[in-house]
Amino acid sequence: MTVAADNTSDVERVLRRHSALRSIRRWPINLRIGTVILAIIVLLAVFAPVLTPHNPIVGNFQATLLPPSWAHPMGTDELGRDVWTRTLYAARTDLQLGLIMTYVPLAYGLMLGVIVGFLGGWFDRLLMRLVDIAIAFPFLVLIIVIVAILGPGIKSMYIAVFCVGWTMYCRLGRADMLVIREQEYLLAARALGFGSWRIIFRHALPNLLAASLVFSMADVVLNILLASSLSFLGMGVQPPTPEWGAIVAEGRNFMLQAWWISTLPGIAIIVTGLGFSLVGVGLASMLGRRYVQTL
Amino acid sequence: MRVIGYTVRRLVEMIPVLVGITLVAFLFMQLLPGDPITILTGGKASPQTIAALRAEYGLNKPVYMQYLFFVRNALHGNLGTSILQQVPVAQLVLQRVGPTVFLLSYGTLIAVLLTVPLSILSAMRADRPIDHGIRIGGMVTFAMPSFWLGLLLILLFGLKLHWFPIAGWGEGFLGHLYYLFLPSLAIGLFLAPMLVQSLRSSLLEITEAEYIEAARAKGLKPTRIMVKHVLRNALIPTVTILGVNIGWLVGGTVVIETVFSIPGLGQLLIQSVLYRDYPTIIGLVIVFGFLVMVVNMLADLSYAAIDPRVELG
Repeated sequence: MTVAADNTSDVERVLRRHSALRSIRRWPINLRIGTVILAIIVLLAVFAPVLTPHNPIVGNFQATLLPPSWAHPMGTDELGRDVWTRTLYAARTDLQLGLIMTYVPLAYGLMLGVIVGFLGGWFDRLLMRLVDIAIAFPFLVLIIVIVAILGPGIKSMYIAVFCVGWTMYCRLGRADMLVIREQEYLLAARALGFGSWRIIFRHALPNLLAASLVFSMADVVLNILLASSLSFLGMGVQPPTPEWGAIVAEGRNFMLQAWWISTLPGIAIIVTGLGFSLVGVGLASMLGRRYVQTL
Repeated sequence: MRVIGYTVRRLVEMIPVLVGITLVAFLFMQLLPGDPITILTGGKASPQTIAALRAEYGLNKPVYMQYLFFVRNALHGNLGTSILQQVPVAQLVLQRVGPTVFLLSYGTLIAVLLTVPLSILSAMRADRPIDHGIRIGGMVTFAMPSFWLGLLLILLFGLKLHWFPIAGWGEGFLGHLYYLFLPSLAIGLFLAPMLVQSLRSSLLEITEAEYIEAARAKGLKPTRIMVKHVLRNALIPTVTILGVNIGWLVGGTVVIETVFSIPGLGQLLIQSVLYRDYPTIIGLVIVFGFLVMVVNMLADLSYAAIDPRVELG
C-alpha cells in the first residue's frame, strides 16, 4: 500500500515536472532570457560570501585605488575595499529594496483600487482626488521631501515609497475594476447573492492581478533606479553599507584615476533592469496584448 | 476660441489640486525635524532674537494660521523668504527656473529626435534583427541610472575628449545649448526608450488600418506613407506617455542638475533639504507640482494640434 502510494506520488511528480518543463519551453524567448539573468543575479547575491574572499565593509589601506587584477577583478576603492565584493553584496540590498518598494505598495494599492472601483461612492471620489494630488507631484521630489523629514536611511526610503508608490496600482486596479464590474460573470456572482467581499476577492481580484504584475516588472526597475538615485544623492542607503548607487557616488571623485569604482555597479543596475524588463515584456506577450507594458 | 475656453477650464480644474499640493507640502514641512531658526542662527542667538525671528517668519502662529498666511502670500506671488539665502523664495525660483525648463525642453527635444527615426525604423523592420536591436537597446538605456550615465558622459566627452563643458549652463542661448548638451542627452536617453516603445506599437497598429492599405494601393512609397500618414496618427499615444512621465522627468532633472552642477530648481531643492530651508522647500514643492500640471495641460492641448479630429471638451 505504502509502495503503491509512493509510486503514485513519483508518477505525479514526474508528470508535474514534465508539464513544468513543457510550459517553460513554451515561454517566449525574452521571458526565458530575463528569468535566467535574474536567477544568476539572485545566485550571485545569495552566494556572495562563497564567491569572494574579501570583506565588503572593511578595507585595506595598503591597497587603495588598485586597478583591476587577478586578486581584485574590478579593482579597489579609495578605502582599499574590493569593488567586485561590494557590488556582489550590494545586489542583496538593491534587490531587496526594489522588490519590497514595488510589491508592498502593489498589494494595498491594488486592493484599495479594486474595492473603491467596485463599491464607488464618496470614499472613491475622495481617494481619487488624493491620488490626483499625489500624481501631480514629481515622484522623486515627493520622496526626497519625505526622506528629508524622516532623515536618510533605508527605513525612510521604505516609508516614503509606501506613502506614494501605491497610487499607480490603485488607479490601475480601479480602472480595470470599472471595466469588469459590468461583465457577465460578475453580474452572475451578484445575481447569486454573493457578498461584495467574496465577489471582490474571489472573482475580481484574480482577474485583475495579471495587469498589475506585468506593470510591476517595469516598476521594480524604476524603484531600483530610485533607491540608487537617492543613495547617490546621500539620502538613501548610508555608507559603509554596499549599495549600487552609493558605490557610484563614492567613486565619483575618483573618475579620472579609478574609473572602475563607479563603472561596475552601474552595469549591475543595467543588467538587473534588463532582466526585469525582459521578464515583463515576456509576460506581457504571453498573457496577450491587453497587458501592454510601460517598459 | 475653443482652445482658450478649454485652457481656462483646465486652469480652473487645477485649483483644487493646487490647494491639495500646498496643503500636503505645508503639512510635510511641519514634520521636518530641527528648528529652522536654530539652524539659521547656528544655535548662538539669544532667546529674544530667536523669538523676534520666529515672529518675523510667522513661526509663532498656529499651524493653520501659518498655512493661511502662506496661501495668501502665495496668491500675491510671495512664497516666503529663504532662511538660508535671505532672499524671497519667488526670486530664487525665478532665477533657477530657466536652467530647469531649458534642460527639460532640451532633453525632451533630444528624446523626440531619437524616438521618431528609431520608431519608424523599428516598425518598418518589425521582428527583424534591427527591430530587436532597437528594443534591447531601449531596455538597456531605460535601466541605465541617469546619474551613472551623466558621470560616464562627463568622463568621456568632458574630461577625456574635452568636447563639452562638465558644469554650469553657459551664457546666451547658444551657450546654454552647448553647456546643457550632455545633461540633456542623459535625460533624452532615459526618456527615449519609453517613447520608442509606445510609438512603435502605435505605428504597427495604424499600419494595419484601411486608409493605409488605400495609400499603399495608390502606389505611394512606404517611407512617404510612414511619415505622412502613419506617424501623425501615431503621435497621440506617444504624447500621452510623455505627459504621464513628466513627473519622472522632472525628478530626473533633480539628479542630473546635481551631477552636472546646473544652477536649477533641482539643485536648489537638494541644497534646501540639506540645510532644512523649509520656506524654500515648500515653495519648490509647489513650483514642481505646478510645472507638472502645466506640462500635462500642454500635452492635452497638443492633441488638437496633432489631430484636428480631437474635440477639446
